[in-house]
Amino acid sequence: MRLFRILLAHELRMLLVSPATYIAATLFLLVMGFVFAGILETFTAAPQEAAPAAVFFQLFWLPVFFMVPLLTMKSLAEERRLGTLETLLTTPVTTPQVVLAKFAAAYALYLSLWAATGGFFYILVRFGGQSQPIDLGPLLGGYLFIAVSGTLFVALGILASSVTRNQAVAGILAFVLLLALVIGTRFAGTLELLKLESLAGVRAAVDYVQVFTHLEDFTRGVVDTRQVLYYLSGSALALILSILGVEAKQLHS
Amino acid sequence: MSAEPAILVHDLVKSYAGHPAVRGVSFEVAQGEIIGLLGPNGAGKSTTLRILTGYLPATSGLVTICGVDVASAPADVKNLIGYMPENNPLPDDMRVREYLHFRARLKGLTRRNLAPRLDEVVHLCDLGRVRDRIIGKLSKGYRQRVGIADAILAEPPVIIMDEPTIGLDPHQILAVRDLIAGLRGRMTVLISSHILPEIEATCDRVVIMNQGRVVAAGTPADLRREWIGAAAYELELAGPLDALPALLASLHPSLVPAPPDSVAGPDGFATVRLAAAPDAPDLREALVNALARDPRFRLRGLARARHTLEDVFLAATRPKAA
Repeated sequence: MRLFRILLAHELRMLLVSPATYIAATLFLLVMGFVFAGILETFTAAPQEAAPAAVFFQLFWLPVFFMVPLLTMKSLAEERRLGTLETLLTTPVTTPQVVLAKFAAAYALYLSLWAATGGFFYILVRFGGQSQPIDLGPLLGGYLFIAVSGTLFVALGILASSVTRNQAVAGILAFVLLLALVIGTRFAGTLELLKLESLAGVRAAVDYVQVFTHLEDFTRGVVDTRQVLYYLSGSALALILSILGVEAKQLHS
Repeated sequence: MSAEPAILVHDLVKSYAGHPAVRGVSFEVAQGEIIGLLGPNGAGKSTTLRILTGYLPATSGLVTICGVDVASAPADVKNLIGYMPENNPLPDDMRVREYLHFRARLKGLTRRNLAPRLDEVVHLCDLGRVRDRIIGKLSKGYRQRVGIADAILAEPPVIIMDEPTIGLDPHQILAVRDLIAGLRGRMTVLISSHILPEIEATCDRVVIMNQGRVVAAGTPADLRREWIGAAAYELELAGPLDALPALLASLHPSLVPAPPDSVAGPDGFATVRLAAAPDAPDLREALVNALARDPRFRLRGLARARHTLEDVFLAATRPKAA
C-alpha cells in the first residue's frame, strides 16, 4: 500500500507536468463548452422536453473518444518503449501496483476534467437570471454515470497501452475499443439478426450492455446495481488483462 | 559477513520460445567481490543478469542472492539488488533530484534517511552540478552516472550493472571505473561489458560467456595462463630467417617461431613472433646475446609479448570451427 501511494503520487505528478494532459484538458473543455453553448441556444429558441443536463450528457461519448486515449496511451506503452518498466519492476514494486497506480492516476484526471464542466452549470445558474433553478436530479445522475462508466473507459485505455510499446498504436486501439463499447453495442442492438427467437439470449445480453440506456437510466435517477456491476467488473477484467499483458510481454521480451 | 556466496548460479537455463539463450550456466560470486561478465553480443549476458534480478523467470536452474532463492522469493531479492539495465533507461521528463528521490522512496528508504543518503550518492557520483537538470537534457556520461547512483542508492549488498561504461568517453570511463572500485569490499558488484581493459582494471574475477555457456572463469592472470599458455616474444630482426629455428633450439628446446610467418620489410627487418613453453625461463637476455653474437643477424627490437584479456577473450570465444 505504501508503494502504491508512492507510485500514484509519482504518476499524478507526471501527468500534471506533461503537456499532453493540458492539450487533452483544453480540447475537452473547448468541445464541451461549445456543446453546452449549443444546447443553451436550442433551449432558448424553443421549449424542450428533456432537461438540459440530460441532453448535455447524451454527448458524453464525444470527449471520451479522444480524451481517454490521450490520457492513457502513454502510460504503459511509453514505459516499455523507454525500458523504464524494467528499472521499475526490479525495485520491490509489483506489476499490479504499477498498473493500478497508472489507472488510478488517469481516472483521477478524467474525473477532475469532468468536474470542471460543473462550472458550466454554475455559470448558468449564477448568471442565467433564470426564474427556476436548474434541475439537480439529471445533473447528479449524469455525473454519477460519468464516474461509474469512466472506470471502464479508462481501464480499457490502460489495457490498450499495456499490449504495445507504440503510443500511437495504444491510442488507436483504445479508440477502437471505446467505439466498439459505446457505438458498436448500439449498432448491434439494431441488427435484424438478433430479432430471431433462437437468439433471444444474445439479444438480452446486447440490451444489457447498451451504454446509452445506462445513461438514460442514470439521468432519470435510476441507479441499477446491475449496471454499476457491469462497469466495475468490466474495468476489473480490463485491469487484470493489463497486468497479464505486462507480465506476458516481460516473459517473452 | 557470512560465508555464503553473494550470488550463486547453478545450471541456469533460459530459452525463449524453444530457442535457448542461456544453457547451463553456473558460477559463484563471494561477498565483496567485483566480477566481470564478458562475452560477445548475444552470448546470454543480459539474459543472465535479468534472471539474477528476478525480472525474468529462468526456464530451469537455481539462482540465489545472499542465500535467497530468486525463483521463490523475488520480492525479497529485489531488496538485495541494485540493478542498472542495459542502455540505462531513464525517464526523460524528470529532474535528477526528483528521479533519485522517487527511486529512493520506492526502494524503501525512510524519510529520515533519505536526504543525507541522496546527498551522499550525488556527491559519490559527482552529480552535484546537474542535480536540478532534466534528465532528458543530460549528456550520456551524466545519464550513466544517474543510473549508477540509482543502483547504489539503497546500499544493497549486490549491485548488478549491464554495460555501465558503454558509450562513454575515456575520461568518463575512468571516472566510472573509480566509482566501481570505490564500492570494493562494501558491496558485491557484477558488471557485464565488452570493453576489456575496463574489466581487467576493475574486476577481481572474470566470467566469460559464449553462446549461452560459461567458457572460462577465474582471475585475469589465471585465464591468461590457461588460455594463452605459452610465453611469447616479439623480435625485429634482419637476416636469413630460415636459419632461425636451429639457433632458437640451442637456447631452449621449446622455443620456436610462431605463426603468422613474417615477411621482411623494405629495410630488411621483419617482425618475428616466438613462442616458448609456459615453464621456460625468461629468455630475453639469452636471445639478445645469441643474436648479437651471430654475424648473420641484426636485431633492433625485442619484447616479451604481454597478453591482455583481449587475447584470452578471443581465444575463449573463438568459433569452434576455427
